[in-house]
Amino acid sequence: MADSPIDKLANGQPAPILGPGHDYASVTDKISSIVLAHKTPRWWIFGFAISFAFVMLLMYAVTYLFAVGVGTWGVQVPVAWGFAIVNFVWWIGIGHAGTLISAILLLLRQQWRTSINRFAEAMTLFAVACAGLFPVLHLGRPWVAYWLFPYPDTMKMWPNFRSPLVWDAFAVSTYATVSLLFWFIGLLPDLATLRDRAKNKAAKIIYGFLAMGWRGSAVHWFRHETASLLLAGLATPLVLSVHTIVSFDFAFGIVPGWHSTIFPPYFVAGAIYAGFAMVLTLSIPVRKVFGLEDFITARHLDNMGKVMLATGLIVGYGYMMEAFTGYYSANQFEKYITLNRMNGHYAVVYWCLIACNIITPQFLWFRKIRANVAALFTIAMVVNVGMWLERFVIVVTSLARDFTPSAWGNYYPTRWDWAVLFGSIGLFVALIFLFIRFLPLISIFEMRSLVNEEGKRVPENPGVPDMSS
Amino acid sequence: MKSHSNYGLMAEFKTAEELIHAAQATTNAGYHRIDAFSPFPVEGLADAVGFHSTRLPLVVLLGGMFGGVFGFLLQYYAAAISYPLNVGGRPLNSWPAFIPITFELTILFAAGAAVFGMLIMNGLPTPYHPVFNVPRFALASRDRFFLCIKARDPQFDLVGTRKFLESLNPREVSDIDV
Repeated sequence: MADSPIDKLANGQPAPILGPGHDYASVTDKISSIVLAHKTPRWWIFGFAISFAFVMLLMYAVTYLFAVGVGTWGVQVPVAWGFAIVNFVWWIGIGHAGTLISAILLLLRQQWRTSINRFAEAMTLFAVACAGLFPVLHLGRPWVAYWLFPYPDTMKMWPNFRSPLVWDAFAVSTYATVSLLFWFIGLLPDLATLRDRAKNKAAKIIYGFLAMGWRGSAVHWFRHETASLLLAGLATPLVLSVHTIVSFDFAFGIVPGWHSTIFPPYFVAGAIYAGFAMVLTLSIPVRKVFGLEDFITARHLDNMGKVMLATGLIVGYGYMMEAFTGYYSANQFEKYITLNRMNGHYAVVYWCLIACNIITPQFLWFRKIRANVAALFTIAMVVNVGMWLERFVIVVTSLARDFTPSAWGNYYPTRWDWAVLFGSIGLFVALIFLFIRFLPLISIFEMRSLVNEEGKRVPENPGVPDMSS
Repeated sequence: MKSHSNYGLMAEFKTAEELIHAAQATTNAGYHRIDAFSPFPVEGLADAVGFHSTRLPLVVLLGGMFGGVFGFLLQYYAAAISYPLNVGGRPLNSWPAFIPITFELTILFAAGAAVFGMLIMNGLPTPYHPVFNVPRFALASRDRFFLCIKARDPQFDLVGTRKFLESLNPREVSDIDV
C-alpha cells in the first residue's frame, strides 16, 4: 500500500487518525460486527481458556489464603507489605491511563483519543478491580474489610479518618465508581446501536435492556454531552488525587525512602507511564486481529509512544531526586537506604528497574521505532515489568532495612505470592477478553462524530494536513 | 384534525446538515412539540428544536456541594463528637487530615448527580417509546437522521403537517403509531 499511514509518517506529515473512505455506516458496521458476529473466533476461545485457567489459579490461591492465613505468603516482620501492596499499586497505576485518555484528553480536545478511549476505560475498570482485591486479601481478617467504611455499628467505633489507609479506601472506591459511571454513560448510545442491529433475539433483549431506551434525541444528546464533559472535569482531579493518596500510604510513614514530598507527582507520572504501556500492550494485538488499523492508526501508536517517553522522563527525574534527597538529607538512614537500594540485597531488582524504566524508553526518541509496531510492543512490555519492579523496590527495600539493624530482615515471595500475582493478571486478561467479545471496543458514536468532522474539513482546505489535533 | 392513534409524523434525512435546516424550518413554521434524532451529537441541533440550555450543571454543583459538606461533617462527627480520641493533646477537629475524604466524596456525589441527573432528566430508562414503531428508525443509531413533529402540537394536522414535512425534501415521511 503506497498510501499507508506509516508512509505518510515518514514523509514528515502527520498521519490521519481515521483511515480513508469511511462513512457513518461503515464505522458502525465494522465495530458492531465484532460484537454481533455469530461465531466466536477460535483464537478468542483459546485465549479466554488460558486466561480463565489463571483466574482459577487465583481462586485456588485465595481460597488457600483465606483458609490458612497470610502466613502462606512470604510476608514477615519487618516486611509486612509484600506482593499484595506491590500488586495493588501496580494495578491501580495501570488504571490511570484510561482516565487520562477519556477525561484529560477530552478536555484538551485531542481527537485522536476517540478510538482508544473506550478500550482504555475498560482497562481502567478491570485494573481497578484487580487492584481492589489486594488490600482486602492482605488483611489478617479479610471478612471484616467493611470496617474500613464508616457506618453506625454496635461497637460505637469509627475508622480513623486521619489515616492514609482509610483515605485510600475512599479514593479507590470513588475512583472505581466514577470510572464505571463514566464508562456506562459512554456506552449508552452504543448499546442502542447494538440493540438496533442485533439479529439474535436474546442479544436484542439484553442490549435493549442495557440501552435503557436510548433513542438519540437531540435533547438527550445535549444533556449527554453536558454530563460527559462535567464528568471529564470531575475525573481529572480525581485521577490525580487517587495516586496521590496511594503515595501518601508511603509518604506519611517515617520509614526511610518513603518519607518524601516528591512521592505524589512521581507516583502520578509513574501511573500514567505504566498505563500507557498497558494500553499499547493491549491495543497492538487487538487492532491486528480485528483489522482495526483504520481506526487505531500509526498516528495513535506514535502519540502513545510520545506520552510514554514524556512520562518516562518524569519518572526518571523522580528516581534521580530520590537519590539526591538521600544524599542531600544528611540523614544517615536516608543515605543508607539509597545506597542499599543500589548495591544491597535487592540491587539486582533496582538495576533491572533502571534498565526497564529509564534506558528502554529512550528508544522512543526515534520516529522509526515509534512507527515499528513490534518494537513498540516490546518496549511497552518491558515498561510493564519495570513499573512492577519499581513498586517492589519501594515497598520491600525500605521495610527490609529501616532504622535498627537488629530489626532488619529480607523478604522472599512464596509460590502463593506468585500465584496471586499471575492469577490477577489472568483475571485482568479474562475480563478484557469478555469485554471485546460482548461490548464495542471502540466508541461507535464518537467515531461517527469523527467521520462527520473529517468530512467537513476536507472541502474547506483540501490537501492541507490536519495540524489542529 | 387530531388523531388519537397517532404519535406524530417522522421525516428521514440523509445528513446532519439537512436535519438541522429542516428542524430550523419546522421551528420557524411555528411547530414547538418537535424532536430530532441523530446517530451522534450534532452541534446546534438542540438549539434548532428549541432546546437552549439544561439545568444539569446546577444539579452537579449541588451534588458536589452536598458531597463535600456531608463528607466533612461525617468525619467531624466521628472524630470530634461521637468518638473523641485525645492523641497527645492534638485538636479533635484536625481538619487538614479530613480534606482527602471530603474531596473524594465531593467528586463521588457530583459524578453521581451528573449521571443520574442526566438519566432522570432524559426520562431514561424508557421501556416503551412510539418512535421505535417506525421500522426505519433503527437506522437512527447508524447513519440516518430523523425529525419528528408530535401530534400534540397545537398546529399539528395529519394532512397539512405531512405536506409541510414533504416540502423539506426528506427521504420519506412516515406515521408514528402509538
